[in-house]
Order: sequence, then C-alpha cells, then structure tokens
Amino acid sequence: MSATAAGALFVASLVIAVALLHRPLGDHLYRVYTSARHNAAERGLYRLLAVRADTEQSWPVYARGLLAFSVISVLAVYGLQRLQDRLPLSAGMPPVTGHIAWNTAVSFVTNTNWQSYSGESTMGHLTQMAALAVQNFVSAAVGMAVAIALVRGFARSRSGAIGNFWVDLVRGTVRVLLPMAFIGALVLVAGGVIQNLSGTHEVGTLTGGTQAITGGPVASQEVIKLLGTNGGGFYNANSAHPFENPATWTNWFELLLILAIPFALPRTFGRMVGQVRQGHAILAVMGVLALASVLLTNAFELGGHATVPRAVGAAMEGKEVRFGVSDSATFGAVTTLTSTGAVNSFHDSYTPFGGMMTMANMMLGEIAPGGVGAGLYGMLVLAVITVFVAGLMVGRTPEYLGKKIGPRQIKLASLYFLTTPALVLIGTAFAMGSPERRASMLNSGPHGLSEILYAFTSAANNNGSAFAGLTVNTPWYDVALGLCMVFGRFLPIILVLALAGSLARQSPVPEGAGTLPTHRPQFVGLVVGVTVVLVALTFLPALALGPIAEGLS
Amino acid sequence: MQRLPAWLRPHLAAIRAVAVLTVLLGLIYPLTVTGLAQVLFHGSANGSLVGGDAGSALIGQSFTDARGVPVGKYFQSRPSAAGDGYDPTATGASNLGPEDVVDILPGPGEPGRQSLLTRVCARSKAAGELEGVSGARPYCTPGGAGAVLKVFPGHAVSVNQPCPTVPFVATYQGLRVECGRPGVDYAAGRTVPVRGDAGAPAVPADAVTASGSGLDPHISVAYADLQAPRVARERGIALERVRTLVAEHTAGRVLGFIGEPAVNVLELNLALDRS
Repeated sequence: MSATAAGALFVASLVIAVALLHRPLGDHLYRVYTSARHNAAERGLYRLLAVRADTEQSWPVYARGLLAFSVISVLAVYGLQRLQDRLPLSAGMPPVTGHIAWNTAVSFVTNTNWQSYSGESTMGHLTQMAALAVQNFVSAAVGMAVAIALVRGFARSRSGAIGNFWVDLVRGTVRVLLPMAFIGALVLVAGGVIQNLSGTHEVGTLTGGTQAITGGPVASQEVIKLLGTNGGGFYNANSAHPFENPATWTNWFELLLILAIPFALPRTFGRMVGQVRQGHAILAVMGVLALASVLLTNAFELGGHATVPRAVGAAMEGKEVRFGVSDSATFGAVTTLTSTGAVNSFHDSYTPFGGMMTMANMMLGEIAPGGVGAGLYGMLVLAVITVFVAGLMVGRTPEYLGKKIGPRQIKLASLYFLTTPALVLIGTAFAMGSPERRASMLNSGPHGLSEILYAFTSAANNNGSAFAGLTVNTPWYDVALGLCMVFGRFLPIILVLALAGSLARQSPVPEGAGTLPTHRPQFVGLVVGVTVVLVALTFLPALALGPIAEGLS
Repeated sequence: MQRLPAWLRPHLAAIRAVAVLTVLLGLIYPLTVTGLAQVLFHGSANGSLVGGDAGSALIGQSFTDARGVPVGKYFQSRPSAAGDGYDPTATGASNLGPEDVVDILPGPGEPGRQSLLTRVCARSKAAGELEGVSGARPYCTPGGAGAVLKVFPGHAVSVNQPCPTVPFVATYQGLRVECGRPGVDYAAGRTVPVRGDAGAPAVPADAVTASGSGLDPHISVAYADLQAPRVARERGIALERVRTLVAEHTAGRVLGFIGEPAVNVLELNLALDRS
C-alpha cells in the first residue's frame, strides 16, 4: 500500500472511531452535568472544599469562583516549581528560574501548555505530577464547565443561575477525566510509555559509550495531556519522544484521546437544549472544517514543495520514521485544530504551506473541534455571530435556540471574537519592533516572522505548540507570552459566562416564519463561511508576509 | 465561614480545592498508576531495556566510535539533533525551516552555521561514501553543500561554497558565478537554489534528516537495505543472513495502514552481535 493510501485510511479510521464514540460519550457528559445526585466521593470532596453543592450560582459568582481557583492554581504551580529542590522526588533539579516558572504556571493553568523550558532538564518528578499534571486535569475541567454553563444559558429561561462552578469542576474531573485517564494511562504503558519514579539510568552502548535513559511518571501525565487537550510534554520532544509515543498505534490512540471529548460535547449540547439535531449541526461545522484542514495539511506535507524537502525527497526533517510524513501531518493538524499543542513532529520544519495550516487552525479560534469545552463555547459564539450576520441580511432581529440575540449578546460575542486576534497581532508587532527580540528567531526571512507569529497565535489561543526554533526562555518572551495566555483564556471565559447569564435570564421567543433554522445544512454552510471569512480577513495580511511569502518564493 | 466577607469566600474554597485536587490528581492518581504499571507491565514501565542493559529498545543510539566515525559492523541510525546526538537529556529537533538554504561561512571570529540544505547535502555525500553509492541529490553541489546562488545585478555568488572552492556552475543566466567570501553580507541578493541534474538519490530521506525527538530508534527499510552489504562485508557474514535479520527486526504497518514500516536499529545490531 502506498504511504498516501495508508495515511488516508489512518484518517478514515479515526473519523469512524470518533463517530462511534461521540454519542455514548456525549450522553455520558450530559448525565454528568445534569444529574441532580452527588455520589459519595463527590459529597466527601464538597465537604473538604466546604462548598454548598446544591446552591446554584449567578454568572458573576460562577466567574469569581473560577477566577479564584485559577489564581490559587497559578500560585501553587509557581511555588512548587520554585521550591522543587527542597521537596521529594526532585530528580536533582534546581529551582526553576522565576520568569520560566511564571510562564509555566500560567501556561498550564490556562490549558495552553506552552513550554519555554525543556522538561527533561528542568522539572523534577513531583513538579510534573503534582503541579503540571494536576492542571492538565483541572484546566480541562474548567473549560468543560464554562461550555456547559453557556449551554445552560441557552437551555434555561427566566433563570438567574447558570450552575455551580465547584460542582461542575469536581464532576468533570472525577466522573469524566479521571476514569478515562486511568484506563488510558495503562494502555499507554502497555504500548511502551514509561511509568516509574526513577532518576536517569546509565546504560553502556554497543560502541562503548554511555547513554542516560531517563525515568519518570510519564504515562499518567501523557494521557491527560492529550485527553484534556493540554499538550505539555513530559519531555522537550513531546509526543515525538519514544517514551511518550512509542508505537504507530499509540500515535493513533493519542489522536483519539485528543479528539474524544471535543467531538462529544456537541452531542451533550444538543441533549441539554432538548434538540439533538442542533448538536448535529454544530458537530457538522466542526467536522467539515477539521476534515478539510487535515486533508490540506496532508496534501502540503506529502507534496513537499520547498527546497529542502525536494532535496531530501520527502518532508522528513523533524519527523519520526515510525509515523512517516502522513501520520505526522495528521497529528500536526489535529493538535492545532484542538487546543492541544502536543507535537509528534516539529512544525518549524514543515513545508511553508503545511506549517501555515497549523497556524491557520489556531487562528480559526480552535473551534474545529477545539479544546475540551473551549471548542464548544467558541463555536457557539460563532453560531451567534452567524445568526446575527444572517439576520442583518434579511432585516430581522436574530435569534438562536429561541433566544433573542440583542445588542448585549452581540457585543459580548464580538468582543469574544476580537480578543485573540488583538493579542496575536499586537504581540507579534511588539516582538518584531525590536532587534533584540528579533534575535530570538532561529530562521531568517519570512520564516523568522512565522516563528514569532506562531508563538503569539499559539499563546493567545491557548494552544501551546510552537515553531520551536524561536528562543523563548527570555524574560521578555516569558512575560509577554504569559500575558497573552492569561488574557486569551480568561477574557473570553468572562465574556462567555456573561453571555450565558444574559441568555438564561431571557424568556424564549416562539419560532416564527422568519426564524432561521439552525439545524439544516444551510446553517452549517453559513457558520463555516462566516468563520473562514472572518479569520481570513483578520490574519491574511500577517500570513502573507510569513508562510505565504515563503511558500511562493 | 458565615462571618467572612463575601469576596473572600471563593478564595477559601479555591485554596481548599487546589489542595484537595492536588492530593487526588497529583499524588494518589499517578502513584496508583505507577504501582499498577510496575506490576502489570514491568518491562515497558521501566523503559523497555534490552541486551543486558545495552540500552532501550525504544531509544535510538549512535553507532559511532569516540571520534564520531561510523563503526562499519553496525547499522547506522539517523542524524540526531538531541545534544551531541541521541542524548535523552536534551531531546528535540533541528527546527530549521524548509527554505533554510544559506550557510553562514566560518571565518575569523565567526564559527559559521550550516543551513539545513547543506546539512542534508553533506550527510548524503558522507552516507554515499560509506555505503559505496552516489551521494548526489537535487539542490546539492558535488562537494556536499547546498547549491544556492545569491544573484546580484552584475554577478552571482555560490554562497555555500567558500573561496577558493570552484563554484558548481561557472555562469548563471550569463552572469559570472563567484565563490562565497566569509564575512560578506549577501542578504541583498535574490536567493536561487539550483536543482541540478541529479536523479533519484541513492541515499534515502531518513538518512539525511534529523528526527523530531532526536532519539528515533528506527530507520526506513530502504536505509537498512542500503547498509546491509557494508555490514555483511565488515562482519564477514553472508548478505542473506544480514537481510534475514533486517526482515526480522522490521515492524510493518499495524493493521496494514497505521504508521510506516520501520527497522529497529539497536535490536538489529544486538541480533548481529549475537549471531
């Protein structure tokens, strides 16, 4: 079988697996977030947290809880890094430098998992387990909580409440992420991912040298890194490292872990608003965009149109033999379509247009299917913008799922959409404005601009992958990218919760003859169109100077 | 709790939540997984060590001597960007871009830097010499550098060929081609990579590129086939025997379509030493 045909079957098999999984998992998520009963473990946790689990919260209270939890999380992750040498299981690592520790703390709390450090030479085992992996769980649970709160806004009427943050956080963690991670971790160990608490182990190589084989609790962190669309690798080489992604089939399994929850949430959404077909429409938008992107990325990488890939005969620089070009390109597309940012091949060495696809995927706002939770709420905001645009065309007050999209709703949705592009473009401009910051580029010419544009796109969209040639462990980049991550995560979350609150208060509008049906292919096409046009208008000038200039030269 | 100001309450809950979830997700969960993994999958949980502590089946090694020269009786791994090569404490890729084609030539006070294209060309030439085949590739000079011109109005410069090297072409579109002088800034010229007339390269793609991890334990079947005659000669054993061992250590695509066929170099070399 040719490599292209095998790559196509690889993609097809993932599509089938996701299609089979989305319904049971989406239904499970529906039960988790709508059930009135707390199980015994959860009741115990609520007692330890001293929260009233049966009280519902208004959106400002919900947001305050979420922000407080995130602030304390940043402090905890920062503290554990700074004190790691005095704690057990440090594996001999010194304390993490201040600016790197800040960047990493923010990075993991915001579900970005941008890494300005190299895992194997910076983080002790305890920091990996108790600081970084914990945030892999809870930042994902926070993302799901926000998405569910927005869906409740659509589903409820004349209600002041959008749920209870602590209940959503705990349920998402203990009923969804923890059991799936536990099983997934053991599957990965069976495939060769390591799981121990040892330090490095010296072996004597065949030619008389030595090699330091690293140890660590990798599998338990690897699984949630993917399932929670986090992406922060235990090692610098991330999912290209044989101890993180040892086999061709673990590569397939890791992709399924990434896609499972983001593609299941539209089903949950449909169930919660009482119209499963509305979930299908959202799923269709995500699916169309995702498939188009995966196929384009594959086409560009397999085509190998650039000087070095032509000299080599294939775009193999930065890629592993066991994955080959196609399965690497698929991983590159999926990791940027979601907010994962894990890599099994290095995007900096992709062909110009293949590398552009990974950037464009993030610029879409990571909605196809996006991060756990973040993808759904981003997509619903775009659906709101779409009904507004459609309403303008026919001169009617737009409505979505029986809710009027009035001035307040469209202001919140527009601000949501504008936040990340503003961060990306302003951040890139600042970085390009000084020779000292430009000196961080590894590559020159348009590719150097791409490295910086990629960094700010990745940070502001909470992705975490990189054109890794850029030297980012400098105080300026650590602080600037850290601020992009904070604003790129929490401003949209506050706007979404405010939107949820304003929708929950409304009474439903009855469907009329002029109501735009939002479950038909026409609407799917509209959302896809609006998304692509908005993103293209925003980012084409920047892309033209980076990857497009490089690809056409 | 009731006497606390309202704004403080979520923070107290947050502190408790972070503490409790850290114990559950940061200690109980990973330690339970570690315990189970150690019992159920002892070998793989500890790094799949092979050959009586000669390395890990999953982590690639360099099969070169102390001076970095390939040891002839061993199959060679791919180029690596991890530290000095296959260093698990410094994993990673070269991160050089697909149009990184212009070298910085070494000169006084300037260590120089090879472009990705020149690295590819130099590796191809070296592998060709080691295996006794042509190392020629498109966009490469016969000397193993990137065949790249910087074109100016009155002349052109072969920027990756330091003087006094004779440029790979004498003229370009009527312009005289000069050799590259270290320290001269050619950035203003138009970059023109020259394909040349090399056919399909004898040295496969994975032999001239660094992997993403820098620890790639595999080579392609084509690269193993290329190396087999040299290994057989160096060891004085039949080529057929070597080919059989290569086949035994080749993993095909799982289910026929997942991944690419790959040869595990360390396990293959261990098997050769045993046979």
